[in-house]
Amino acid sequence: MKPVRWKSLAAGLTVAVAALSLSACSNSSDDANEITVYNAQHESLTKEWADAFTEQTGIKVTLRQGGDTALGNQLVAEGAASPADVFLTENSPAMALVENAGLFADLDKQTLDQVPAQYRPSTGKWTGIAARSTVFVYNKNKVPADQLPASLLDLAQPQWKGRWGAGVSGADFQAIVAGLLALKGEDVTRAWLKGMKENAAAFPNNVATMKAVNSASPDGGVIYHYYWYRDQANTKESSADTALHYFKNQDPGAFVSISGGGVLKSSKKQETAQKFLAFITGKAGQEVLRDGTSMEYPVASDVAANPALPPLADLKAPAVDPSELDAKKVTALMTEAGLL
Amino acid sequence: MVALRTVVAAPRIGRPGPLVTIVALLLVAATFVPLGYIVSTVFSTGLDQTAELVFRPRVGELLRNTVGLVVCTVPICVVLGVGLAWVVERTDVPGKSWWGPVFAAPLAVPAFVNSYAWVSAFPTMHGLWAGVVIATMSYFPLVYLPAAATLRRPDPAVEESARALGSGPVAVFARIVLPQLRLAILGGGLLIALHLLAEYGAFVMVRFDTFTTAIFEQYQSSFAGAAGSMLAGVLVLCCLALLAAEATLRGRAHYARIGGGAPRAATRIQLGIGAIPVLAGLVAVTAAALGVPLWTIGRWLRIGGAAVWDFTEIGMSLAQTVGLALTAALLTTLCAFPVAWIAVRSTSAFARIIEGANYITSSLPGIVIALAMVTVTIRWAPPLYQTVSMVIAAYVLLFLPRALVGVRAGLAQVPVGLEEASRALGKSGPATFFLVTLRLTAPAAAAAAALVFVAVATELTATLLLAPNGTRTLAMRFWALSGELDYAAAAPYALIMIVAAVPVTYLLFTHSRKAAGI
Repeated sequence: MKPVRWKSLAAGLTVAVAALSLSACSNSSDDANEITVYNAQHESLTKEWADAFTEQTGIKVTLRQGGDTALGNQLVAEGAASPADVFLTENSPAMALVENAGLFADLDKQTLDQVPAQYRPSTGKWTGIAARSTVFVYNKNKVPADQLPASLLDLAQPQWKGRWGAGVSGADFQAIVAGLLALKGEDVTRAWLKGMKENAAAFPNNVATMKAVNSASPDGGVIYHYYWYRDQANTKESSADTALHYFKNQDPGAFVSISGGGVLKSSKKQETAQKFLAFITGKAGQEVLRDGTSMEYPVASDVAANPALPPLADLKAPAVDPSELDAKKVTALMTEAGLL
Repeated sequence: MVALRTVVAAPRIGRPGPLVTIVALLLVAATFVPLGYIVSTVFSTGLDQTAELVFRPRVGELLRNTVGLVVCTVPICVVLGVGLAWVVERTDVPGKSWWGPVFAAPLAVPAFVNSYAWVSAFPTMHGLWAGVVIATMSYFPLVYLPAAATLRRPDPAVEESARALGSGPVAVFARIVLPQLRLAILGGGLLIALHLLAEYGAFVMVRFDTFTTAIFEQYQSSFAGAAGSMLAGVLVLCCLALLAAEATLRGRAHYARIGGGAPRAATRIQLGIGAIPVLAGLVAVTAAALGVPLWTIGRWLRIGGAAVWDFTEIGMSLAQTVGLALTAALLTTLCAFPVAWIAVRSTSAFARIIEGANYITSSLPGIVIALAMVTVTIRWAPPLYQTVSMVIAAYVLLFLPRALVGVRAGLAQVPVGLEEASRALGKSGPATFFLVTLRLTAPAAAAAAALVFVAVATELTATLLLAPNGTRTLAMRFWALSGELDYAAAAPYALIMIVAAVPVTYLLFTHSRKAAGI
């Protein structure tokens, strides 16, 4: 038998392990030319932002990908020890969660000045970076236009039993529930969720919901607008047989969710982190929303939306202070309703 | 303490020394962290709120789903696995030499990749039956392999005597063959049931809620909140119930051939014209278990074209996955040595505790271990939180049992006399270990390490919860892309995961033959 070269094997092992730990350490280095972003926004969108930012400034951006609420709660649990410098979400409730825990630093005035007041909380602890509208996507062959629900609340009625679905476990849908809670109060929300448990099918996310509606099972679903526009701009594979119904009339179903961005107080790279948010809300960052593939609404620096989208102002969204959206209460109510 | 004294007081060659004992003790202690975490959450949550979170309709719903899944899938897998094994090993079905590897091959396809394949072939698939179909196609080899190994082994004389005494083929199968397959069926069935409890991705994709998917949803909504921990507690109880059930059913009966000489090979049953439907059945199973995933991946690769092969992205994922899997495989195999050593060379109570503890961790789903580690490190060991070491530690806990099986078998075959000779010739303890023991155990240890390597490379839930910032393993990338229904972009990752698992699956296959003495 050939003698095994333990020494060389051990040496090789050491190198492998060392290389691995080195590559891991670089994530949490104190290098000022690098920031860590807890990213609950779509990875592709944030990557576009990050790449453009890196190109402009030479600052490297490391993303930790996760859901809104998971990352928000994670930041709260991590507290001052968090490795995160910036937090980006798809919706507001998780931002409110972190804000209420007192973990956000004040944002630079330059950033705040770039964003109109209705798209950010009055506290100035974080800002809106994009917006998305709630819509009812329905299968054109299954739901005639005159039978569409007039209000989101109608979907809890018996005539919608087994006929709609939503991405229940996702932060997107939970933000819509948070909007409902802020607008109509706890009792209405609890009753609506109870009706939903009876009526709706649970999907893992918006895309899955839309695709199912397109294949006519179920008839309709509550999603955000841009998934539909993206698919329409693309192959229409998941939306060809569907149309969008906007609730308008300040209905809870016309809720516009603000995607948020904030700088963690615990970050040791305040200046770089602030610079990143100023970039996202600046002209170049917002133009990514207009010209890119995300189809979300820009909210800052007077950048117009993608021409394929109906103007944000026409959607007659209800007025909700994004800081009031309560993720914790929503999770508790949904757990109580047996949805989680 | 008693155990420790016994071990230290008997410094005979080949017996575990204090170092081995300490390492094993640490491992056992780590084993109990997840369980301890669940118990402590029950206390810190307060009994009232615990009751409120546990005794609610949703938990009943999850329990029904989970039990339904196990009750439907395990018997189907047993019938399928035993049936296939019997046809391949005991009849003259055409192509009998290559059906064996074919029915082991589905083990190379991770269950969530299988789910992705089925859902993209049949987009409306969802619910219990979707879960049962996918789970069956992913897990039936876990019964097939031991059943085939058992069927190859026994002396045909017993069956022949039974037939000579007037029993028909059905009676022979029920009275003679089936009892001998009992251990294979129970062991394989238990393994499948535990996999069913732990699986996440496969069931999310077909919208079937189990405890594991619900825990993950709770984690996403509240990050290690009380509701998720309570669900984890119920899941652990389910696992323990399965272990207890299997131990009870297994009983104490042993089936061994007595008498001298070598057993003859069994005479194969002539199928005659019946070979056609049997062959059709084998082809159908192959098409469902291997055809669907390979065809779907091939189709998406064709649709995606060259655009989906983003080599920087794929290369980075591959490098990270290999790095993590290699480190975890080496470390886990290393950790398996002291435990196996004690299990093989000592009969103390401590050895039995170690075995038992290991058995329990092996039944804990990755999500429970990960949830515990997130919570424990964030509260009591913040510097370890979100580090590579923590993910690796989770992998070691999760996959130690797999390494242990191999290492223990290897160690048991090392003649203690050789070690004694080495010591008598003046070599030190460690030198003896490296020069004699390790060298003789190396093949078994390598197989064990390979098994862990593949398990880590395709692990999803624990990695999602624990991975350090910037980690994007193959499984994570596949999961993210298929979650956005970008099936074409996910296909290369699925392919790479399958290809990586093929050699180890082959190894498992040949190993199961060796175990049967062929």
